Amino acid sequence: MDALLDLLKKNARESDATLAKLLGTTEQEVRARIAAYEQEGVIRGFQALLNTDRLDTNDVRAVIELRIRPEREGGFDRVAARIGKFPQVESMYLMSGAYDLLLFVKGASLQEVANFVSARLAPLDGVLSTATHFMLKTYKDQGVLMESEPHDDRLQVCP
Amino acid sequence: MTTDSKSAPDFVAPHVRSLPKSGIRDFFDIVAGRKDVISLGIGEPDFQTPWHIRERAIEAIERGATRYTSNLGAPELRQALAAYMRQSFQSDYDWQHEILVTVGVSEAFDLAMRAVLSPGDEVLYHEPCFVAYAPLIRMAHGVPVPVETFRKDDFRLTVAELEKKVTPRTRALLLNFPNNPTGATLDRADTEALADFAIRHNLLVISDEVYSELTYEGGRHSMAAIPRLRDRLIFLNGFSKAWSMTGFRLGYACAPAPLTDAMMKIHQFGMMCASSISQTAGLEAVRHGDAAIAEMRDSYHLRRNFVVASLNEMGLDCFMPRGAFYVFPSIQSTGLSSKEFALRLLNEYNVACVPGGAFGACGEGFLRCAYATGMEPLKEAMDRMKTFVRALAH
Repeated sequence: MDALLDLLKKNARESDATLAKLLGTTEQEVRARIAAYEQEGVIRGFQALLNTDRLDTNDVRAVIELRIRPEREGGFDRVAARIGKFPQVESMYLMSGAYDLLLFVKGASLQEVANFVSARLAPLDGVLSTATHFMLKTYKDQGVLMESEPHDDRLQVCP
Repeated sequence: MTTDSKSAPDFVAPHVRSLPKSGIRDFFDIVAGRKDVISLGIGEPDFQTPWHIRERAIEAIERGATRYTSNLGAPELRQALAAYMRQSFQSDYDWQHEILVTVGVSEAFDLAMRAVLSPGDEVLYHEPCFVAYAPLIRMAHGVPVPVETFRKDDFRLTVAELEKKVTPRTRALLLNFPNNPTGATLDRADTEALADFAIRHNLLVISDEVYSELTYEGGRHSMAAIPRLRDRLIFLNGFSKAWSMTGFRLGYACAPAPLTDAMMKIHQFGMMCASSISQTAGLEAVRHGDAAIAEMRDSYHLRRNFVVASLNEMGLDCFMPRGAFYVFPSIQSTGLSSKEFALRLLNEYNVACVPGGAFGACGEGFLRCAYATGMEPLKEAMDRMKTFVRALAH
């Protein structure tokens, strides 16, 4: 992967000036490359990575396994596209194995998520079954540990 | 009662009493205990030891692999190191007789000096350099002979300078590239010329290549890759830097059997063996650590670019080092000595760098900045230095 993308994955807020120095190039070049990646749809957005367990919200997250009937034309894509449009669905993946789609869903309460599954997902044409698992605690997300290891306990000066 | 009753200081041997303390130690004492210091004075990686390596160490303890190993080191580790040497440098070392596992490269270097030096033997070493070499040569009753390296040569060691210092008493040549504190590396022509010099003067070569894996450009040119040097080379390497395993204290030496055997004699009486737990971790590192090394190397590489660009931009001349994780900018344009610069930077801006003079007289006028620290503190440190340099100019 391009080192620029690597750096942005680690810290999307890095300034163009710093990125340019790290990569041994100019700020204009950095801006042009980021713009090109956005244009091509490689970069889909920049978001903060939150530990929501530390926020004062009662939001509930669930992982939902969906079995669906593929369509003659288009396979799973059309059903997936319909499901993906619901704002409650945060992430969705096509899987191999015992089920087809894996959804990460967010709601304001357990009841809300349960309603979403029974009233919106399950009745959809082509959905064969659902299995809902509520998430209890986040340990790691997007490669980032929610509790950092104590880090810089090195001697302040050493050979 | 006798009149020459001794007190504690009198029991310290004269050659130890006269040994100067490390210049880094001086600076450490000044920095120690201060809060909110951003330190670019740390000669160790900022990465945690890769988890798979730590996990293997835990597992070693769980299954009770906590006994003495062979004096030379665990056979599996020595076999893996032989394979590593072959793969990295196309050099063949017999794991049974030519590889010795030690407590860090420091012990290996100490063993090498004690194994080969007779009182009064001279050892050529290049400055600026790691602070332990000259004292360890002296502790082995040798005579350390510094050879200067220069900014104009990108701090590479030249045969011309060596020729000025070699005498009939010269016994050995010590090399450390990639270099701490300058980040200098050698290219192929350099290693060949140094090998010829050593052969011409019948010298032993001790090459500490602990930063070898952290080479960013120009390729890794090891003394171990030169076949005609093999009979007169002690190659030293360790796990601290590239694998980020400083606290494991694990290093090794590769050398012809008679030299390995001589070093092993001292090691077996003085140390017995390196920590068995560390050796298990080291085996994991050398077998499965390539991906982790590559990731860390890439990160240092980018940070090096950032620091060199920042220093030059603020008007501190800094050459682009190709290895290790240090840059060695000149602060001569400011009119301050290295020590003044470093002290004022610390006192007024809370940034710690090590004055170049701590690494030998010819390091005066320079500063060692280690960039093995996180990007946020690194950026802040560069901003503060820039403010300081700008203030000095007015």
